[in-house]
Parts: sequence; structure tokens; C-alpha cells
Amino acid sequence: MIAIECTQLTKDYPVGFWRQRPRRALDQLSLQVEAGEIFGFLGHNGAGKTTTLKLLLRLVYPTAGTARILGKPIGDPRLARQIGYLPEAPYFYDYLTCRELLAYYAELAGVAPATREADVRVALRRLGMESFADLSLRKCSKGMLQRVGLAQAIVHRPAVVFLDEPMSGLDPIGRREVRDLMLELKAQGTTIFFSTHILSDAEQICDRVAILQQGCLRGMGRLEELLAEPRPEVEVVWMPASNRPLPEAWASAAQLLSQNGQRRSVVASCELWNWLDALRAHGGRLISLTPLRRSLEEVYFQDAPPKDASGGAA
Amino acid sequence: MNPIGAVARNTFREAIRDRILFSLVFFAAAMIGAAILFTQMSFAIDAEALINFSLTALTLFGIIIAVFLGNQLVAKEIERRTLYTLLAHPVRRWQFVLGKYAGLLLTLLVNCGLMALAFVLALSYVLHGTHPGEGNLAAALLFIFLQLALVTALALLFSCFSSPVLAAVFSLALFLVGNFADDLRAMGRTTQHVPAKLLALGCSYLLPNFSDLNVVTAASHFQPIRLSLVFLNTGYVVVYAGALLLAACAILEGRDLK
Repeated sequence: MIAIECTQLTKDYPVGFWRQRPRRALDQLSLQVEAGEIFGFLGHNGAGKTTTLKLLLRLVYPTAGTARILGKPIGDPRLARQIGYLPEAPYFYDYLTCRELLAYYAELAGVAPATREADVRVALRRLGMESFADLSLRKCSKGMLQRVGLAQAIVHRPAVVFLDEPMSGLDPIGRREVRDLMLELKAQGTTIFFSTHILSDAEQICDRVAILQQGCLRGMGRLEELLAEPRPEVEVVWMPASNRPLPEAWASAAQLLSQNGQRRSVVASCELWNWLDALRAHGGRLISLTPLRRSLEEVYFQDAPPKDASGGAA
Repeated sequence: MNPIGAVARNTFREAIRDRILFSLVFFAAAMIGAAILFTQMSFAIDAEALINFSLTALTLFGIIIAVFLGNQLVAKEIERRTLYTLLAHPVRRWQFVLGKYAGLLLTLLVNCGLMALAFVLALSYVLHGTHPGEGNLAAALLFIFLQLALVTALALLFSCFSSPVLAAVFSLALFLVGNFADDLRAMGRTTQHVPAKLLALGCSYLLPNFSDLNVVTAASHFQPIRLSLVFLNTGYVVVYAGALLLAACAILEGRDLK
């Protein structure tokens, strides 16, 4: 089942004061997110990630294109009950306590009064905020606010959760807890659509990712598919001949791995056979050959051209 | 589940916790101080002066609070992005606008009610009991509340498309100009210059008419206030504020929350 579907979604923002002209923040984005998956939306600052989230949540209106969530058009008022949202760098009503804020959002989300208190307690516990439940939000640290933001996004048990930079402001323990929470939500069948520019977070938990660059979709797919595409290079671990001097070119290109002289070289696939012939002629010994896989970072930088100094979307 | 009620309750809670009602303490102290001061004078002067002073002070305090709170209603929520999270929940933009307005009206009602109570206590102290103008005073207090309701609706409308500072300036400017709406209409009726006549009359009908809502002088001189004026003024404010709220809803509905 498709949980989120965007078709040719486009957004232009007017710029200028007197003579307004459109600036394209998102250009014909088409994507589908399956129910129950964790979908990473990658892109550098200004790539159009937040604009996409705002479009899906009807905070801004599309210039062109359509989107559906859980099969309903995004303008459908019934949809909001099934959606949770954490904005980037969230700010909440600082005159409320954490508990009051969650109770307020739970009420708005339509959680029944009978179960509201229990649901708030569960959300606070999941985010490790139980001991801070009655702390005023104006006294909360950035990391605590992020956790409260996540708690309010899930307090009403939504089917789809949109998270804009959910790891931002969290320490390593907090990041791990959020990753665990996302995996736990996924296990319960919740669809998670989260934007990030921290590739390692996406690499660890995403089923699929999309890469956005200057408002355009540059690539999308399952992580294993994106990462499985072999790099045209092979890692060779080898041992030089003990009775012959090592050629200078080899010595400078290889990395010494151990005291006994074991070395590591990265060789272009097309050069591999010639390289192995040369090793045999030298009298060296081959220890291992490993085709190299791409990391998500390499995929990202391959798909994303260098950032334009003029910036991009919101 | 009623989103308007939930937003209204939260707005009221915000106003209470923002210590806006502390202004009441100042007002109550001023009332008591004035009452003690005026008892040193003759009966005829102190009653008039106290009523005039108190109702004017009540209006002034109320307007400041209404503009201060009202202009931040929407603009602050957008600026701090609290509105994003709110609208991601099953809350329509018009429900948010109405909830905010209702919450602020409730705040002003409590605020004015307490200030009016301080005023009545001070007046009773000065007059040692009842006086002949209770009906007038009740009407004057109602009209003050109607003025605040109208100013709040203006501030809310402006805060939907401008910054908090500009919204405050626009609201106060319209409040001041609206106090001269009757003069503008009289000028339009007497002038012979047709374009000036049309402009003056048009503006006098278009601008919020605060001059008809100002009965402080009549109340302090115990002049009767017609019941029909009470109904007309109430109806006028309901319709005018309703139109302002409709415009605010339409503006916010069509706005991109960037």
C-alpha cells in the first residue's frame, strides 16, 4: 500500500518587492512511499526538503502537482488525525509544561479525554521525558525540546509521521534513542518520512531514500540498491616479496596494514589483471580481493553537484 | 473535540501566564487611591470625576491589552513556528483564528470584569452606597467591552498579514480615527464639495465607529443611555467584528506559511 504519493509537485515562491518573480523551490517532485517504511529525504540546506514537508502538510500550497497521503488528497481534513509532524528546530508554547503541551496537542488530535492522560504518559516515557514531565518548556534544553517535539508527533499514534531533521540538537545518546524510536514505530506499522542532511542517520535506518538537489529529485531507491551498485574499484590486500625491493610507485600508493609488511591498495577494476600480473612478476603474494561498495555519502555526492552559492529553497 | 475551544482555552492560559492580569493590580491600586483622594472633595465633583477617570482608564488599559495581545495572536505564532505544529493537527485555519479571538475575548472579559469590580468598589466607597446611574454605568462598561472586541478583531486581521509592530500601529490608528467617525460624518453632511462629501461619508461608514461606543461623558453626568443604542451598538460590533474575522480567516487561509 502506498502511504505517501507526490505527483509532479512543484512550488514557486515569489521574490522581489515591486516586480515579483517566481523562484522555484521544488520542481516536479514525483515519489511514492510505501506504508510502513522509513523513507529518508536527503539534501543539503536549501535543497527543498522543508518545502516538500510543508506542501504535504498544507502549510504552503503547491504551484502545480498533487499529493496524496494514505490514499486521500492532502487537503482532506480527516487526514490530519493520522499524521504526526515534527518541524525543524521546533519551538513550543514556553508557558506550558511538557505534559500540558502534549495534552493540548493530544486534544487537538482528537484523543479521547479518557485515554489522553495515559497516551501523554506513554509518549513521555518513549522519549525518556517522564522525569521532566512537569518542567516548563522555557527551562528545557534544545535536546529536550527536540524530544518533546517528537513526543507530540506521536502522542496520538498517527499512521504517518513527518520528521524534519529529527536528530538535530541531540547528543549521540539522544540520536541513538531517536533512531531506536523510529525503528520501533516502523515495527508497529507507522510510515516515517524524515528529512535529514546527516547521511549516516539515513544509512542506518532508512529502507529507501530520495536525494533532492536544488528542488529537483536526483535519485531515489532502496538503500541496498543504491549502495549495491559496485564501485569500479577493488581493494587488494597483498604481501610484497621479502627478497626484492618494492617499486617506488607501489610503495607510495599502498597503505601499510601491519608490522609484517601487509599492504592495502585500491585498484581500478579495469586495471586489476595487469596489476595482479605485475604482483606475480614481483613475487608478491595476494591475500584478499574485495570489490568496493559505495557508501551513501558517495552516492549523495555523486548525485548532488556542488552547492550553488546562491542557495536554494526553504 | 472542539478545536476552537481548545485553542481559546490555550490562548486564555497564555494570557494568564504572561502576567497580563498583573495590570489589574495596578488598576485596582489606582482606583482605590483615586477614591481616597476624591472623598476629600465635594460629593458632586467626586462622583463625576471618579466615574470619568475610571471609565477612561478602563478603556485605555483595555485597549492597550487588546492591541498588545491581539497583534501577536497570529504573527507571533507564525514567527515562532508554533502554528506549523498546530495546523498539522486537525485544526483548520479558520478554527485557529476563531479560537484565538474567543480566547482573547475571554481574557479581556475577565480582565475588564475584575477592573470593573475594582471600579464599582471604589465608587461605592466614595458614594457610601448606591447612586442613580447604575444602568448607565452597566451600559458604559458594556460599550467599553464592545470597543475592546472591535479593536481585538482589527488587531487580529492585521496580524494575519503584517508584523506585530505594524499590526499594533494599524489597530491603534484605526481606533483613534474611529473615535472621530461621527465628526467625519457630520463634516460630510455639511460640506458642499462633492468629492470631499463622498470621501468623508464613505470613510465614516467604512471605518469602525468608536465614537458611538464612547459614552463616558454621558455616564459620568448620569445622562440616560437609550436601550435602543445598546442593541444597535451591540449589533454593529457583532457584524463589524464578524466581517473582520471573516477577512482574517480568508487571508490566513490563502497564505503560505513559509
